[in-house]
Amino acid sequence: MIWVVACATMIAVGATFAIVRAERGPSMLDRTIALDITVTAVIAGFALYAAVQRRTDVVPVLVVLSLVGFVGSVTIARFAAVEPEGEGRVRTREEVAAEEAERRAAEEAELRPGPAPEEHHGGPAEGEVR
Amino acid sequence: MNEVAGSGWDTLADVVSVVALLGGSFLVLAAGVGALRFPDLLARMHAGTKPQVLGLILVLVGLGLRLRSGAAVWALVLVAVFGLLTAPVAAHMVGRAGYRTGKVRNDLLVADELTRDLREARTRDEV
Repeated sequence: MIWVVACATMIAVGATFAIVRAERGPSMLDRTIALDITVTAVIAGFALYAAVQRRTDVVPVLVVLSLVGFVGSVTIARFAAVEPEGEGRVRTREEVAAEEAERRAAEEAELRPGPAPEEHHGGPAEGEVR
Repeated sequence: MNEVAGSGWDTLADVVSVVALLGGSFLVLAAGVGALRFPDLLARMHAGTKPQVLGLILVLVGLGLRLRSGAAVWALVLVAVFGLLTAPVAAHMVGRAGYRTGKVRNDLLVADELTRDLREARTRDEV
């Protein structure tokens, strides 16, 4: 039964590499492809399990998985848009914290009493003649 | 005699199924390595298609040869047909979206007929 171990190892390593690519990106489409490969690896894993145990009842799972993977990749590709450089990256904890602090500072500046900014209510009407 | 021949065929089917499963698993591994190592979107698509078509069919053949029951084999044929139908559609959509959003690296392409044709069409429109 050494072939089972060999197959499982190859599938697991392939799926791990694909997941690493999904984490690195750099764009949404790269992640789509990587997740497609992951779904295929999952299908192969289920097929291997069914083959080892000689179980027929796992086969419908393969049918469902093969359709789900397709729908996912087509949906993402349909709504792919031009991303700014570095936008698709997964941000680190520090970067997220910095962004959060910046956003909060902007909110507080807005709430501070004083003359309201022009674009808020209280400013002169658009196009008003003075 | 008949029994011996039957078990011989069973052994043969099992051996062939092990070979097919090993081949399919190897293609999954190759796709993972390719997706990780290749430099741009189109190359990664090229790597990813291997387990989706040949690898999937090999794994399903291996599974079918081990299960050896009619209903399961037909369901597996269905999975293979779905794979063959959906892989080109998904690849087309991803490739098109990748080209339009600038994910294709021109310096890595040997032949880029789409850019050339688009430029020709644009000059023809201007004339």
